[in-house]
Amino acid sequence: MEQKPSLLQKLASAQYILWSLIFIIAPLILVVYYAFTDAQGQFTLANIQQLSSYSGIFLRSIGYGLVATVICLLLSYPFAYILSQSGAKRQSTMILLVMLPMWMNFLLRTYSWMTILEDTGLINTFLGFFGVGPLHMINTGGAVILGMVYNFIPYMILPLYSVMSKLDKSLIEAAQDLGASRLAVVRKVIFPLSVPGVVSGITMVFVPCVSTFYISQKLGGGTFSLIGDIIEMQFQTAYNYNLGAALSLVLMVLILICMAVMNRFADQDSGAMVI
Amino acid sequence: MKTASKLYLFLIFLFLYAPIFVLIFFSFNASNSTSLFAGFSLRWYESLFQDQATLRSLYNSLILAVVSSLAATVLGTAAAVGIDTMRQKWLKSSVLSVTNIPMMNPEIVTGISMMLLFVFAGKLLGIRDVLGFWTLLFAHITFNLPYVILSILPKLRQMDPHLSEAAQDLGCTPARSFFKVVLPGIMPGVVTGLVMAFTMSLDDFIISYFTNGPSFQTLPVRIYSMTKRRVTPDIYALFTLIFVAILVLLILYNIAQAQGEKRINKKLAVKEIEN
Amino acid sequence: MKKLVAFLFAFLLAASMAVPAFAADASDLEGTTINVYNWGEYISDGSEGSLDVNAEFTKRTGIKVNYNNYDTNENMYAKLKSEGVSYDIVIPSDYMIQRMIEEDMLQKIDFSNIPNYKYIDEKYKGLYFDPNDEYSVPYNVGMVGLIYNTKMVTQAPTSWSVMWDEQYQGKILMFDNPRDAFGIAQKLLGQSFNTTAEADWKAAADKLKEQKPILQGYVMDDIFRKMENGEAAIAPYYAGDFITMHDNNPDLAFVYPQEGVNIFVDSICIPKNAQNKAAAEAYINFLLEPDIAVANANYLGYASPNTAVLSHADYELKDNEYLYPTAAQTPETEYFYNLPQETLNLMTNLWSELKASQSGDAEAEQAAGSIWLYVGIGVVVVAIAGVIIYKTVQKKKRDFADAED
Repeated sequence: MEQKPSLLQKLASAQYILWSLIFIIAPLILVVYYAFTDAQGQFTLANIQQLSSYSGIFLRSIGYGLVATVICLLLSYPFAYILSQSGAKRQSTMILLVMLPMWMNFLLRTYSWMTILEDTGLINTFLGFFGVGPLHMINTGGAVILGMVYNFIPYMILPLYSVMSKLDKSLIEAAQDLGASRLAVVRKVIFPLSVPGVVSGITMVFVPCVSTFYISQKLGGGTFSLIGDIIEMQFQTAYNYNLGAALSLVLMVLILICMAVMNRFADQDSGAMVI
Repeated sequence: MKTASKLYLFLIFLFLYAPIFVLIFFSFNASNSTSLFAGFSLRWYESLFQDQATLRSLYNSLILAVVSSLAATVLGTAAAVGIDTMRQKWLKSSVLSVTNIPMMNPEIVTGISMMLLFVFAGKLLGIRDVLGFWTLLFAHITFNLPYVILSILPKLRQMDPHLSEAAQDLGCTPARSFFKVVLPGIMPGVVTGLVMAFTMSLDDFIISYFTNGPSFQTLPVRIYSMTKRRVTPDIYALFTLIFVAILVLLILYNIAQAQGEKRINKKLAVKEIEN
Repeated sequence: MKKLVAFLFAFLLAASMAVPAFAADASDLEGTTINVYNWGEYISDGSEGSLDVNAEFTKRTGIKVNYNNYDTNENMYAKLKSEGVSYDIVIPSDYMIQRMIEEDMLQKIDFSNIPNYKYIDEKYKGLYFDPNDEYSVPYNVGMVGLIYNTKMVTQAPTSWSVMWDEQYQGKILMFDNPRDAFGIAQKLLGQSFNTTAEADWKAAADKLKEQKPILQGYVMDDIFRKMENGEAAIAPYYAGDFITMHDNNPDLAFVYPQEGVNIFVDSICIPKNAQNKAAAEAYINFLLEPDIAVANANYLGYASPNTAVLSHADYELKDNEYLYPTAAQTPETEYFYNLPQETLNLMTNLWSELKASQSGDAEAEQAAGSIWLYVGIGVVVVAIAGVIIYKTVQKKKRDFADAED
């Protein structure tokens, strides 16, 4: 026996629906509009056709994004696990320490990686003391991926940790009592239970990695442009909104497809995503 | 903890904090370089407090974060209540998917689509300098709303719907029953949402970058234009101060929490003795 | 909405420190605000004991300055063209001024409000982009040249071709804007900057593609720190900025390559949608004020078109051979002209493709990198597919078991 929503409740949702229509739906419609028109506002498919020459850069962005996401996952998983196994007090301190860098401006943190990685930077100066020749690190694809991993790894650690800290310890003990090896415990018990954390971590890392434009500018030196750089360029310097909108549209569709796939198999066993 | 685990945690933390240490280190540089250390000096702290433009942008960022997070919390709380009481399943699920869009969509696409909307609206209304405080505010509220809504909805679901019905049966107006019964119940969610919105807004660069105008520059946008030229260590000094401030806050919070726990433990102990 | 904006402004103004005011003639402008859009590092800003020009302007006139930066002409153009912002002052280069006049984006300046215009050298009046001197007031003039680090480049280069020399692999920087970058390739190929032949542009684009593998990066004002730190050995940039870099790193040297260089005039203009034209004119007049112009010229290191600067006792760069070369030292120069829309589109497309093209660092490293990349993608795709298949099979099994129950 559910109550009918009162006028006030209807109003509460109406204002939000209105807000979403204006500030979420309408802007996306404008993106679609720009993608399919030319500078004079005439319908055209030219922008979409032009996209084929950017397929390489889409591939590179997705590739870098995937590699960075996988590295994040591989680094974070043991980290979150070790964290979840330590004492309660220690856990909360450590989690705060993971979150603390996120409060510092990411542009500056990325900028200071330049100081570390440059040919005349800290690492190479340090290596220089041992007579090890300068390693060339900055302005490479590797530096861009490092920047991505660095910037977004907290978004992987946090959801993983939040799932693992809620794991029922008795399940693990039961498995051990039943004679499961440590590897088997991880594979059969811990990993399946942490899948929701993995999925939401991947989502939260992959999307910003694929669409970033600052990291590639600074750590890639403008020679490892990603799709975000090209979109930014169309809007901020080339003044080609139509091509920029077409690129954005494709990026958005690609990402939404990826997310739909991810969510599908998160839903299969656990239901809601952890945010 | 085993040594290997400890070492692993240490390495990850080293990775997370390396650029921050670099930043702090060079804020004490005597020369204007952010990569060659010329000796210890506090001159950049001094020059920071004379840099009106930077201080103003910090002030702008704070104003924007406060206003947008409060507005998003009010609108988002109303929206969450509205969504929770929706009875048409299709409407509820479509509103929820729309809510997910700003979270799923790459920030660059959100920023661009918002800019297109504001410029379009500006042309429609004949405003020559539409980009400024108001556009930033609308944009920030929009990307903050999902975080608020999604942190409140679970709390609403946990609440007993009969509570507010009972209050109304006992003669409360719907509004009064909301403030007296519902709001206290969902308060933890509201606070989480507010804090998240504030943090997101303070830190946002990409969306602000596309929707800001000359009259209202936020700190991240200013830092971006700084890193395009030369970064002088005074901005490092600012973030060193911010880092220290946050660290102190966290430590105080931890101490307060620990003492709170102690007090509770004491009370419990006293009770036990009394019994 | 507009009222709200105005209200907010008043609020912000009140919140900031009260502005002292003298300058009787501008009293009606007192308390107003102008939006200034200028290149990065292009005004004396009070750092290192210099004069803070904008603060000084506010002090003298009571007009508040919102000061923002762009890093290329195109960047500024795109922002203005978006029609979402309104600036009272912009400082574009010659060809961009021509384009903006053609597209009706600038308004005529009332020169009766700018008495200091008399200081502008006759040489810089009536230039091609503004033949009747209606829209622009010269701010700085300069030429592009080649900066190199004498510790790394032992033989003084004389040609742009050194930027294609594999010996300096990974040590060369290039302009991160199409017009300047293409310009260098064009001079090397013996073309004009202002060619409209498609074949010429494509040839220049190929030349740049050839250079990309040995480049350290495409950068603009990052050049300062990278050259000063010895991170890069060779970079093309503006003569005025070389003076600043040389102050910080004496190993740097400068040359005007023999193939010819770009000469430019950056002039102060008022966009059509300016909101406070009178204050903008006061600002222009202020920038031409001898003491202000000298402070700027000393700080920026650019050549000044202001005759009062050259005769000023405080001016330190009077005899600089790069800024004011004698006739014998002057290289072959050419102005950029605004290009027809088709050529512009061609240029931006070629540029986007160049930036997007797959050739990063050393080719070997690049190849190795992409192999890892594809291996990475492959592994992930296979893993996802595997998991999906595994899950589906499991689910089928479960469903089957459920059905049996």
